[in-house]
Amino acid sequence: MFSLVRTLWDVFLHSFKPRVTRQYPEQPAYVPPRWRGRIILSRDPDGGERCVGCYLCAIACPVDCIALQATEDATGRRYPEFFRINFSRCIFCGYCEDACPTYAIQLTPDFEMSEYKRQNMVYEKEDLLINGTGKYPGYNFWRVAGVKIGGKDKGQAEREEPPTDLRQLMP
Amino acid sequence: MTSPYPFAAIFGILIVALTIASGLIWIERRLLALWQDRYGPNRVGPFGLLQVLADTIKLLAKEDWIPPFADKPVFIIAPAIIMITVLMSFAVIPIAPGIIISDLNIALLFFLAMSSLGVYSIVLAGWSSDNKYSLLGGVRAAAQMLSYEVFMGLSLMGVVLLSGSFDLVDIVHAQRKIWFIIPQFLGFVLFLIAGLAETRRLPFDLPEAESELVAGFHSEYSGMKFGMFFVGEYLGVTLISAMITILFFGGWMGPVLPPIVWFLLKMFFFIGVFILMRASLPRPRFDQLMAWAWKLMLPLALANLLVTGAVVLAFFH
Repeated sequence: MFSLVRTLWDVFLHSFKPRVTRQYPEQPAYVPPRWRGRIILSRDPDGGERCVGCYLCAIACPVDCIALQATEDATGRRYPEFFRINFSRCIFCGYCEDACPTYAIQLTPDFEMSEYKRQNMVYEKEDLLINGTGKYPGYNFWRVAGVKIGGKDKGQAEREEPPTDLRQLMP
Repeated sequence: MTSPYPFAAIFGILIVALTIASGLIWIERRLLALWQDRYGPNRVGPFGLLQVLADTIKLLAKEDWIPPFADKPVFIIAPAIIMITVLMSFAVIPIAPGIIISDLNIALLFFLAMSSLGVYSIVLAGWSSDNKYSLLGGVRAAAQMLSYEVFMGLSLMGVVLLSGSFDLVDIVHAQRKIWFIIPQFLGFVLFLIAGLAETRRLPFDLPEAESELVAGFHSEYSGMKFGMFFVGEYLGVTLISAMITILFFGGWMGPVLPPIVWFLLKMFFFIGVFILMRASLPRPRFDQLMAWAWKLMLPLALANLLVTGAVVLAFFH
């Protein structure tokens, strides 16, 4: 019986305690930097698209929400002709980011992407591309890859030696 | 001492009682939130006050569905009974001098009768729903109300003995010198517990017991019929708080402030206590509930009556 009265009193004392609720839209929620939110496509430091259209993200995606079509420009650089993410399917698992060999696709700390129409949840390439490098500032895939593109022959990448001439015996 | 303007009193009390009852939905949610360190509804209108309006519109717009297996006429009339009986009780509540609809000389008995009739609403709702959980809730309500009705009446007899009247106005006047909470403290505690059980508020909400019976007697109800049960419950809370104020805390009496303000202050204090109990106390098992009523509360009420009677006979006769 006394425990009941004490319970009443203890609960009443909560009138003077601070409330734990965070008033969300006015007080923004803390989102950690590694939060897996809205997906973006990043660019190289020199402004070129990082995505090479390798389809690994689309294959890794467990809900098949990524669709893209690779193509090549005149210099031999591969890039996606279109790149489409259906965010009404996306589960923000981050497998695409893990699979990406060029750090192009990245997940960002943003989750406020509600829409009234489901169709608006489908993001096209121009919605996904950002004007920055995202989480990897200095990385430039085409500068470290041993692939030949216009303006960069084989052996001209960073930390790459010229290709061995197989017809010569000298080391 | 009936009001000089009977229609004004009737409509005034009707409108105020219904407004308080629906406003209680907001008050309860805010207070519960306060005691659970939350905010509660604070978005719709200033301080979330328009939440009540939004809820009402939502309830009115909902499909008013009657299950095909239900006993239709009884199913429809059950939620009306609870509103009618509680509102009838408000007819005898003296809010302030001159603000009363009917100054009955057996007002207290009328109140007890009406609160007993209220159980029909619950039992019929449980029965007509033709659903085992609803029926269980209805049966529980019947047993609970019967058990708690007994010592509810007995706990009030001490007040009647001291004031010598069943008339609520006379009872308030009899508390000029001292509020009945002091000579009748045990009676007050018993009445508070019985009142909680009568309104089926949280420590005694076994008829609806969400965790056991889905929603008990009103599982099958939707739309405004459910709203009637809801408002009926809050009207019951208001009624019991008003009765506690009148019977044990001197009704409208108090210094400085006008009588009606005193009455409302005291009433809202007890409404707050009811909500605090909901916020803090767990629900007992049903056998514990019955054991409490018959083995503890009833003997206490009888002893209280006996002692009060002896004292009145020895000193005031």
